[in-house]
Amino acid sequence: MGLDITWAVDWVRRSAQVVSDHRIELITLDREIGDGDHGENMDRGFQAVLPKLDDLHAGSTPGDVLKLVATTLISTVGGAAGPLYGTAYLKAAVAAGDSVSLDAEAIAGILTAARDGIVLRGKAEPGDKTMVDAWTPAVDAATAAAADGADALGALQAAASAAWEGAAATEPLVARKGRASYLGERSAGHRDPGAESSALLLQAAADAAAASAGA
Amino acid sequence: MATAGKVGVVFVSHSQQIAAGLVDLARQMAPTATLAAAGGTDDGRIGTSFDLVSSAIAHADAGEGVAVLCDLGSAILTAETALDFLDDEVRERVRIVDAPLVEGGVAAAVSAESGDGLDAVVAAAESARAGAEPVGAAAEATVGTDAATTDAAAASGSGYSRSITLVNADGLHARPAAELVKLASGFTQKITVNGTDAKSLLGIMSLGLTKGAVVEIASTDPDGREAVDAIAELAESGFGEA
Repeated sequence: MGLDITWAVDWVRRSAQVVSDHRIELITLDREIGDGDHGENMDRGFQAVLPKLDDLHAGSTPGDVLKLVATTLISTVGGAAGPLYGTAYLKAAVAAGDSVSLDAEAIAGILTAARDGIVLRGKAEPGDKTMVDAWTPAVDAATAAAADGADALGALQAAASAAWEGAAATEPLVARKGRASYLGERSAGHRDPGAESSALLLQAAADAAAASAGA
Repeated sequence: MATAGKVGVVFVSHSQQIAAGLVDLARQMAPTATLAAAGGTDDGRIGTSFDLVSSAIAHADAGEGVAVLCDLGSAILTAETALDFLDDEVRERVRIVDAPLVEGGVAAAVSAESGDGLDAVVAAAESARAGAEPVGAAAEATVGTDAATTDAAAASGSGYSRSITLVNADGLHARPAAELVKLASGFTQKITVNGTDAKSLLGIMSLGLTKGAVVEIASTDPDGREAVDAIAELAESGFGEA
């Protein structure tokens, strides 16, 4: 079964909830190796998206929802996460196109587009201790799951689980991009807040898909 | 409204005060160029705002182009994202410059003020890049043989130079230096001030010349006499502040 507008809207609501629930955790992670505003910024961004969901016109597609998230995050987040996530959601929206229902292959496609958007904007590579370290394994896992015949839910669950592993794997890394790179060796031993929020968002996508499947 | 015929300069900073302060600083030397600040978030916190950057670019664009200078990483990301959303035709004349915000911004503003095109404004800002030697020093280092040629030219009488004493209280500090550079930039000939390119604001300012300093204004160009005289007279007049 493909994922439709209901899933997309539910993903955004769950994202806002999970970011709000983990706001302090993200702030703490960011304070250790960055400027301490990641939780605050992400929370503000997603809270700003919520009221706009009610304005979506009938017949809106998942792509429309992704685009709404993109423009809102770009305008409201303030830190590097705004342009980075904004570009990710924008590229994902383009990949989703006019489809009303997304299968596993389409899901792998939008995750790939999102990751490529982040790389394009931030110019980070795997191993730089950034959100790319959560996104790249997530994309690989979703693509492999789709190729193995998993459905959209299976692809998102594979992506979320790989994103968590990727986020955890940033802990020993020395940052080479972003504010944490100013800390050099001292950035090792801390999890990257962007990788953590990426895993939270992908988990929310999988949870929304599970709820859709159960409904 | 952007000043017609001039390149605009946009300062993007995480801090509203830094961006506004830079506009004030650069304004001293660039009173008519369009300088726009895009500092902080929409609600005045530390951060950068896509909307503020986008509207600053629109404000600064008179059709001649816009140079955008940024502070820390995410300011650049925000500026790049803002560029992505511009019409293709506008985006072609907006350039994000990799240069120090203060020195590069002032150099860009002065260049814009003197009516330079976008490429020249960007080059002026980039000349301030960390690691780059002051323009004058770099020129001297790389064209050491030219210096010998200059002496030879001077000795053979084909060059022209004048020595004057700075009379104004603050010497060649920012505003007088900018006036001198602006005047020099109006001439096609190569002019030097104590061996430093008279068209390089950073080069002139880094000479650190104060009141009472003896300054040699010279050109090896056979047609450089008029320019040397004009600059010498400006300096002798005390830049209007003696």
